[in-house]
Amino acid sequence: MSVLVNKDTKVLIQGLGKTGRFHTDNAFAYGTNMVGAVHPSRAGETESFSGDTDHSGVQGRADRYAAELPIFRSVVEAADATGANASVVYVPPPFAADAIMEAGEAGIPLIICITEGIPVADMVIAKRYLADRDVRLVGPNCPGVITPQECKIGIMPGYIHTPGKIGVISRSGTLTYEAVHQLTLSGLGQTTAIGIGGDPVNGTNFVDCLSLFNGDPETEGVIMIGEIGGTAEEEAAEWIKANMTKPVAGFIAGTSAPPGKRMGHAGAIISGRKGTAEAKIEALEAAGVVVAPTPSDMGTAMSEAMRAANS
Amino acid sequence: MKIHEYQAKALMKDAGIPVPAGVMVTTPDEASAAAATLVAETGNPVVVVKSQIHAGGRGKGRFIEYPELGGVSVVLDGIEGGVEATRAKVAQLASEMLGSTLVTVQTGPEGKTVNRLYIEQGIDIATELYLSVLLDRSTSRNIVMASTEGGTEIEVVAEETPDKILREEIDPAFGLRDFQAARISYALGFKGAAVRSGMKFLKTLTQAAVDLDADMVEINPLVVATDGTVMALDGKMSFEENALFRHPDIVALRDPSEEDPAEATAKEYGLSFIKLDGTIGCMVNGAGLAMATMDIIKYVGGEPANFLDVGGGADKDQIVAAFKIITADPNVRGIFVNIFGGIMRCDTIAEGVVAAVHEVGLEVPLVVRLEGTNVELGKQIINESGLNVVSAEDMKDGAVKIVELSK
Repeated sequence: MSVLVNKDTKVLIQGLGKTGRFHTDNAFAYGTNMVGAVHPSRAGETESFSGDTDHSGVQGRADRYAAELPIFRSVVEAADATGANASVVYVPPPFAADAIMEAGEAGIPLIICITEGIPVADMVIAKRYLADRDVRLVGPNCPGVITPQECKIGIMPGYIHTPGKIGVISRSGTLTYEAVHQLTLSGLGQTTAIGIGGDPVNGTNFVDCLSLFNGDPETEGVIMIGEIGGTAEEEAAEWIKANMTKPVAGFIAGTSAPPGKRMGHAGAIISGRKGTAEAKIEALEAAGVVVAPTPSDMGTAMSEAMRAANS
Repeated sequence: MKIHEYQAKALMKDAGIPVPAGVMVTTPDEASAAAATLVAETGNPVVVVKSQIHAGGRGKGRFIEYPELGGVSVVLDGIEGGVEATRAKVAQLASEMLGSTLVTVQTGPEGKTVNRLYIEQGIDIATELYLSVLLDRSTSRNIVMASTEGGTEIEVVAEETPDKILREEIDPAFGLRDFQAARISYALGFKGAAVRSGMKFLKTLTQAAVDLDADMVEINPLVVATDGTVMALDGKMSFEENALFRHPDIVALRDPSEEDPAEATAKEYGLSFIKLDGTIGCMVNGAGLAMATMDIIKYVGGEPANFLDVGGGADKDQIVAAFKIITADPNVRGIFVNIFGGIMRCDTIAEGVVAAVHEVGLEVPLVVRLEGTNVELGKQIINESGLNVVSAEDMKDGAVKIVELSK
């Protein structure tokens, strides 16, 4: 078991430009079941992919892969023809919100948007549009979602992951890799790693992911990586206190960040007295989360949380 | 992106939102002429001289050069002395304010140089109210925040008298509806003609915020003029960077003198850079990791000199540019490069670092921590470069080493 994606996930790609192509190639190498692409002006064509298999991905495959990815003119047509149950969006920022809404209208149950730089107002509209539909958006501005050796959707390096027992949730890309790497080294591994993204308006939040991992029998613990800005971590802390049955570790980036400055991510900003790292750490610790004092201690914080839960 | 008050008011006026008449000036002569024009046009002998800087708290702020002088001055001299008295006083204030340094609660102790003034018509104020439109991140919707406690910082009101703040959520599919605008108007105590004026004000303002991709509009104070017109006496607007591509007219309002030159250079190279006060320069890939790198430097006893995210696909030129920006800061006594290669390969970074050191020179200690894609190749490039670079095992090891070396 795992959450959101597994070996049965059939993935569409929206936005087959240079970046989209590059990461689709990596997904094929990893063994992700890519089933189609959406590109209005190239409908009816196929896109060829081939190369060396990434053996850190889906096991038991030949050393080389070769695939012809069919291209459709709309998400509805692509979904009908392929039975896709997930879509990954690499569409450029001005058009990305529309791509998300199109996937939502087609009823794709899992929409993962990698694109960074989507106008907030567009995401407010897109999120409102999806609210009436039975679909889930992950991101935008995120590395994606991976279940090691089953399905990799997004831009994360596959080989640092290893199947295991920890669910990973993060607002940051490279910090997720840092946590995953430490979990791999410590032997805990990951069930699924979810990048929820660094934007102020995102589809899936910490609470959604905590709830998913809480219900996943294979996940034995969760690490959540937050940062300054907003109150999503505080809301997660409340939820953990009331509902979580599994040990949780955490890390919050931005204890040294000055107020009023946007630290790279659109959502990473301390506004007035809101969104400080201190408030988030305090809330998480009050909910029993083991918060790593530095990003180098995320793996050990997780081990500590596991030990404390089992003693 | 921030803009000045006079620019925000021009945008509001264009959108149909009542604002006092005013003129932006950069010299005492212009200020004097603007005052005369305003008095002639409005028939009101009172004008206000307002410093234009990208920071709040101007009214209570004081000039370093003129400790008695505030950032906003109401000129009453014309009531008895006529327009010539107004002109003389405005010119005198302008000559003192322009080029001087205003310190407010938001500028930091070094203050900001005032290069522009806004000369504005005086308005009779009965009550000062507060209004803002901003994103509520927990609901992913815009909200209107309104309060009868205008003239005070809203954070203070929120802490001391939270029940005096009304929040009205805007459904993006429908916009602010009449009944909602009415509810806010009643809560603000509007009566008679002011109710209608207030509702129109609210609907126009919330729509303008969406149309202009403003991530924050704050009107503090909002006032009711004697004829019942609801008016923005102050206006602050900032715009969402991600949406600027569709607003070239707003991009044109950027005031480069308000921006840190190093931050502006970084932006040209596609780097995300923020200058800080410490001594350890940082170069990192990824915003979260860049923040966490600053944190760990502080944790082990150092102070970061900057936030710098080179992004997920930096090339050699960007890394050289990043190095130049870091080393241009005279406070920097050591540099920590912290990379977790994903799409970005460690060998690319290593080559960039070596090239940068050859081009820019290296007069301070450099610690490099590489992990992830092609890490061995990256380490090899660094080791064989002959440069005086210290390798780190992990983030904490790197932070400890650079803090130690830069003492």
